[in-house]
Amino acid sequence: MKKLLVLLVLLLAITSLVFAQGVKEAAPKADEPFKVGIIYISSPGDMGYSYMHDQGTKAAEAYFGNKIEVIRMENVPENDSAARAMEQMVDAGCKIIFANSYNYQDYMLQVAKENPEVYFEHCSGYLDNPNMSNYFGRMYQMRYLSGMIAAKMSPTGKLGYIGAFNTPEVVRGLNGFALGARAVNPKATITVVWTNTWYDPSLERQGAVALLNQGIDVIAQHQDTTEPAKAAVERGKYAIGYNADFRDIIKDDHVLVSTMWNWGNYMIPSIESAMNGTWKSQSYWGGLEDDMIHLSPISPLVPKDFQAKVMAKQDEIAQGKWDVFWGELKDNTGVIRQKAGEKMADAKMLTMDWFVEGVIGTVK
Amino acid sequence: MMDFITKLLAVTIAMGTSLTYATLGEIYTEKTGVLNLGMEGTMLMGALTAFATALATGNLYVGLLVAMLTGGLLSLIHAFLCVTMRANQVVSGLAITMFGTGLANFLGQRLGPASNHYNLVGMNLSSRFENIAIPVLKEIPILGAFFDVSLLTYALYLLIPFSWFFMYKTKFGLAIRAVGESPRTASAMGISVPRLRYLYTTIGGMFAGLGGACLSLSFTPSWNDGMTGGKGWIVIALVIFATWNPGKAVIGTLVFGGITSLQFSLQAAGVKMVIPTQFLAFSPYLITFLTLSIMTILNQNRKGAYAAPAALGTSFAIDDK
Repeated sequence: MKKLLVLLVLLLAITSLVFAQGVKEAAPKADEPFKVGIIYISSPGDMGYSYMHDQGTKAAEAYFGNKIEVIRMENVPENDSAARAMEQMVDAGCKIIFANSYNYQDYMLQVAKENPEVYFEHCSGYLDNPNMSNYFGRMYQMRYLSGMIAAKMSPTGKLGYIGAFNTPEVVRGLNGFALGARAVNPKATITVVWTNTWYDPSLERQGAVALLNQGIDVIAQHQDTTEPAKAAVERGKYAIGYNADFRDIIKDDHVLVSTMWNWGNYMIPSIESAMNGTWKSQSYWGGLEDDMIHLSPISPLVPKDFQAKVMAKQDEIAQGKWDVFWGELKDNTGVIRQKAGEKMADAKMLTMDWFVEGVIGTVK
Repeated sequence: MMDFITKLLAVTIAMGTSLTYATLGEIYTEKTGVLNLGMEGTMLMGALTAFATALATGNLYVGLLVAMLTGGLLSLIHAFLCVTMRANQVVSGLAITMFGTGLANFLGQRLGPASNHYNLVGMNLSSRFENIAIPVLKEIPILGAFFDVSLLTYALYLLIPFSWFFMYKTKFGLAIRAVGESPRTASAMGISVPRLRYLYTTIGGMFAGLGGACLSLSFTPSWNDGMTGGKGWIVIALVIFATWNPGKAVIGTLVFGGITSLQFSLQAAGVKMVIPTQFLAFSPYLITFLTLSIMTILNQNRKGAYAAPAALGTSFAIDDK
């Protein structure tokens, strides 16, 4: 008898919950905000990759005000739980969903196919669908400019670069950096250390220390913590930041400049087009011309006239007069990879697996 | 070349300090027969609380103290589960790691100053445990690297021999080993097995907390989510490598840390890598396999001189048959 009573109460509780849920969904408010879902690989508290994405999200929130409502999910692993997270967002009424890490793409495609009425935006991948786009930025343009600054400030011309993995994205960025450096100092060398991790403060620092021990005096990085830059600054050497403004975090003028993302400049038009029904699927790779990327303020240690030179180069890229991978390119074994007068196609950039002249290290 | 090795050793020691503390802690714990797989979570909580405290108080030593207390507290939970509740030690340890990792990341976004949106990431300490060089001694080629280290490392120079002496030459150490080898016999001798296991599991946790603090207050002075990067797991392997002997705790640290530093240094020196870096990155684990195999063979010849404590991982109750 007692068991039966408990069962009855439980049943009642469950049905009332379901009922309450149903009622809530059945009566949408007339002026309900447009719901946007955002999935982050890490926490925006990482002051790195996801942090910059969240800055974009915040820019969108500021732009649209109470016309949109953002649902954020942090630390979502790149496995089946990503698909669950996206489904939850669809259930919660999200009309457009963003996800910021490469390996989400297969899960996103799967959920996108099941939910044709929702728009999906994937960052850093290549898959698409009539209701799914992918987007990324030409960070190598900023890396070129930071390479110029690095070479200008380095007394020895020996620059170091901490790379996470040998993916085309990292290789391309490093090549951009190297080309910029050698445009200023043709004798500059760029030594690369692979850490085989995107994120590990100790390993990143160890890599930087190894470079500094070799007498390298500028450390650039494609990593997600500030440790490589800190290691350089602690020894009175120079550093180039990435993702967030390291000058803001480390508060030392030896941090010469940071190469940063402007994700909001993609997210805002995308959300806007989703709201008014003009959204179209695309593979977007925006650069300076779209203000997808930018440089942080440059350290006052860098001579003013040289800063002007860097800005002039930036304008040239922004106006489409010139780009990093234009003209003759030799790899670091001396083989000519591109003839003079040629402009590298995006497809080649997206599969880049060789280093330009001046880089010490191997891709593999 | 001399200089290359000295510098290599210097960074190995700097990074290895954290590992060595945690390894010593885990040895104390395992010697009493308690396996604590919660080291990763415990180290992270130590790193977090040390950094948060040092940031708030401006005092590094208070940071260390709080890290030790936190580490001890987390391991106390493990001791309660394993000793009093006699739960599966592996499951309990894994739970401690998951709990500690999650809690540390949660608190990392709550314990910071309001000016940084209560986030600890991106904050800097006004001071850290800096290297203190001993004149003359630091000039010795290669070995000089041992005399230009932080206070936390110097402390280890005393702690390691002390731990060895304590473990093998005192009656306290004898009691620990008895409990780990044969809790039944130890109990019959009048040693309180649960009390000892509680005590040394907690002490082990305090060491792990200290190990975490070495990272956030000295080596990489900052707070980053998951900043231990799996060091708590390497510790478990290092204990095996040290054959549960605190005197040897440092050898594994030097070998493991040395390989990592070496592969970076070779890359930085522009040496053409014959072995892919990915391979070098997991080679420490390969060495663990090797060590385990060699130890098994040696144990057969030398009657278990290098064996794990016989009662490791088992629970004990006085009324057990």
